[in-house]
Amino acid sequence: MSTATTDRPAAATAPGDAWAGFAPGPWQETIDVRDFILRNYTPYSGDASFLAGPTEKTLRLWDHLERTYLSEERRRRVYDVDTETPADIDAFPAGYISEDDDVIVGLQTDVPLKRAMMPSGGWRMVETAIREAGKEPDPRIKEIFTKHRKTHNDGVFDIYTPRIRAARSSHIITGLPDAYGRGRIIGDYRRLALYGADFLIAEKKAAKDAVAGHGFSEHWARYREEHAEQIKALQKLVRLGEIYELDLRRPAATAQEAVQWTYMAYLASVKSQDGAAMSIGRLSGFLDVYIQRDLAAGTLTESEAQEIIDALVIKLRIVRFLRTVDYDQIFSGDPYWATWSDAGFAEDGRPLVTRTSFRLLQTLRNLGPAPEPNITIFWDPSLPEGYKEFCSAISIETSSIQYESDAQIRERWGDDAAIACCVSPMRVGKQMQFFGARVNAGKALLYAINGGRDEVTGKQVTEPGLHTPITGEGPLDFDEVWQRYEEMLDWVVGTYVEALNIIHYSHDRYAYESIEMALHDSEIVRTMGCGIAGLSIVADSLSAIRYATVAPVRDETGLVVDYVTEGEFPRYGNDDDRADDIAATIVHTVMQKIKAIPMYRDAIPTQSVLTITSNVVYGKATGSFPSGHRAGTPFSPGANPENGADSHGMVASMLSVGKLDYEDALDGISLTNTITPQGLGRTKDEQVTNLVGILDAGFMIDDE
Amino acid sequence: MTQSIDLLGRPVENRRAGAGIDGMAEAELDRSGRLAAIREGRLASVHSWELVTAVDGPGTRLTIFFAGCPLRCVYCHNPDTMEMRRGQDVELEEIERLLRRYRRVFRATGGGITLSGGEVLMQPAFARNVLRAAKELGIHTAIDTSGYLGAVAKDELLADVDLVLLDVKSGDEASYKRLTGRELQPTIDFGDRLARAGIAIWIRFVVVPEWTDAAENVEKVADIVERWQDVVERVEVLPFHNMGQDKWDVLGMEYRLRDAQPPSTEVVERVREQFRARGLTVH
Repeated sequence: MSTATTDRPAAATAPGDAWAGFAPGPWQETIDVRDFILRNYTPYSGDASFLAGPTEKTLRLWDHLERTYLSEERRRRVYDVDTETPADIDAFPAGYISEDDDVIVGLQTDVPLKRAMMPSGGWRMVETAIREAGKEPDPRIKEIFTKHRKTHNDGVFDIYTPRIRAARSSHIITGLPDAYGRGRIIGDYRRLALYGADFLIAEKKAAKDAVAGHGFSEHWARYREEHAEQIKALQKLVRLGEIYELDLRRPAATAQEAVQWTYMAYLASVKSQDGAAMSIGRLSGFLDVYIQRDLAAGTLTESEAQEIIDALVIKLRIVRFLRTVDYDQIFSGDPYWATWSDAGFAEDGRPLVTRTSFRLLQTLRNLGPAPEPNITIFWDPSLPEGYKEFCSAISIETSSIQYESDAQIRERWGDDAAIACCVSPMRVGKQMQFFGARVNAGKALLYAINGGRDEVTGKQVTEPGLHTPITGEGPLDFDEVWQRYEEMLDWVVGTYVEALNIIHYSHDRYAYESIEMALHDSEIVRTMGCGIAGLSIVADSLSAIRYATVAPVRDETGLVVDYVTEGEFPRYGNDDDRADDIAATIVHTVMQKIKAIPMYRDAIPTQSVLTITSNVVYGKATGSFPSGHRAGTPFSPGANPENGADSHGMVASMLSVGKLDYEDALDGISLTNTITPQGLGRTKDEQVTNLVGILDAGFMIDDE
Repeated sequence: MTQSIDLLGRPVENRRAGAGIDGMAEAELDRSGRLAAIREGRLASVHSWELVTAVDGPGTRLTIFFAGCPLRCVYCHNPDTMEMRRGQDVELEEIERLLRRYRRVFRATGGGITLSGGEVLMQPAFARNVLRAAKELGIHTAIDTSGYLGAVAKDELLADVDLVLLDVKSGDEASYKRLTGRELQPTIDFGDRLARAGIAIWIRFVVVPEWTDAAENVEKVADIVERWQDVVERVEVLPFHNMGQDKWDVLGMEYRLRDAQPPSTEVVERVREQFRARGLTVH
């Protein structure tokens, strides 16, 4: 490893040996990681037999981490907080887990699991989190971020309207990223390894200067200011490398360096941003090129290759952000969604499965199961059989893999897309999302029936006189309820999207993700990731109103607080078109309403149906439903059927979910399934085969 | 769509019938039309359907639970399927529609259709038509039966059956009668016929403490099963569970195994060993 620190102009950073042996192409002239991968990667269609177990060093390192840090953290909730150093890319000195921590180096702070303050999002969250961790905030830091430096949170609340505040405090819109980092941006961390920081800085300088001729406008002013921020961030990244004695200015020259460089770029982003989801992208095919080159040259063994991937995964398992107890409740724990996307097909028809795709899964055997990094497989029935079976086997052993439809993502977002968070796809380095949390579509139905009064508090939330409640004791009429629901959705969606526009305007100004955006093209696609919660409850409730008899139960003020439902009605999740069509119509209607509203920075509006973790919180704030869902009880996750309502098998529920139009939910639809290994077959082989079959069936494009 | 596979769910050893016919249209026919349709095998009384994996044959299967059963097994965990009148009328076209709809699921998973119940052979004309339709679509077929009505299964029907899930509930006439209220011999005859015809069999044997678990009884069952060893692909030994008790209560029927305990793992393993000793594949 070089430790040279002399300044060199970009042109002098000849990639030379770093690119030796790689097939040339356009990627050498401009930043194009995808082109590099497609010209150089080796698809692998074999099985898992080549894999190596953990090395002694890996086991020692993992064991030390577990005994000294992780077990202690589980006991305390937060291992430690630094209260004096506002986080930044180069704010902390070097830190190591132990003397074995020399394969892939770098920690967020100087001690494993020690959390750093990131006050640009908002001071109050930081202060609360510090106190909850049993420490006192530093008054000097507090003064800076409450007096001298405006935060994202301050900006948002300066702009919010009374209507947004009302919707927010009544929980019809919740989880908005107005006091914490928005996340859902994936830097193309591979760029640092392939090109080195000097090249990236030169490209950004060129892009900035290329628009110098434009006369003043807010657009070009912001463009140049953001580029200046990106360049400064890349320079800090170089300094971060120096802290760990790495010369990140030049491209990576070996497999170990390629992993190390890629991780350093990711580390810079998690040192400077605490977004709700900090995903790492699609790395396996890229890293495999370097590993294959070293294996062929005889400078690397399979065991060493696995050790490098294991070491990276260990680092990805110990990313930590300073969160409040409230935040942990919304997200059911402390996730950071270091999502690693893998497999799928290239547009030229070759599977993007490499030996490193196997090595990634192998980490779950070598280190044991863990939720992070969130390994997400782009599934297609025609992936190589050996890989499908290995995925299935690891799923059964560890329950730590998530699956996406490769065909859907590739058709829409190309073959170098990755998932941010749990379902949001984006072209790596060419696209970012404005994360939009979600509206409570279930609560909106109750508001529609009650004319905008909150069913829990009785408070009038929408403007008085704007919405008419449904009156009378008779059974609810489907057409009337649907019309009121549409009207209420106009209000809810309008309020929601306005809040999102404000939030992202403010986030760009006060908590800009400069290192992540430095690892993007200068011209990018932005999406506005709107979302809904409570889909199955609305679908079942509307089905009950249509197919059974639903009588409202009112309190003394006339507020509908419960429902008496008599008769049978079809429920969403049983491959029954009567209920499933209602669900699809809800998703479509919400999307139409979102699309009608102009978006900040011309973002493309999208929608997700994906609450994985926040169902308890949404349920708590919501009343009872015609479907029989009780007040205060958790929603089912994402696009799942209501808890217990899918009674015709998992594949039937998959087919129901499949009826939601992907065009209406381009940000993703999630279905969480619970299976026992025994429920998949009598023997391990049978279980593996049956799970492959279920995934194939679930992701098969309808050919009837 | 994202599939988060989470492996912390309930155990599924006990096979309960599905929950209703959601997604299947219920037929509406007048009385004479209805009787004619039943005779011609165009209409059946169906309890429920389900798409299941790994329990009713290979792969993921469309299992149709028919209503009506001639047996009254004391441990039945689906007593709501005993009487035909509790089912709902479903027309053949409706089943054929589902077969076409789920053909790709069967193809992807190596699955097919399983006719179960209740007792599928209570409605043989309908079963035959469904099986024929499935074979015409190239779909793997299974029937799940006690074999008691095996004699009504015509050769044409069996010609369209790829796999029989055959319950051998006990090993001799006396205990079989005590357990089911009927005779054992028809099951043996049916198994013999399957063996002659070369139709694959998966044997099911439920271990019910004090009713079926005695070593001598298991030996007798094993004697019977061994006769068919050329076609028996596996023996599934299923521990009894009390999960059907609620259904008996809802129906107001007397449940004689109230609060009975499941067999110990030692007993279940001993039973499995007894079958294994005959050279059979046992799960």
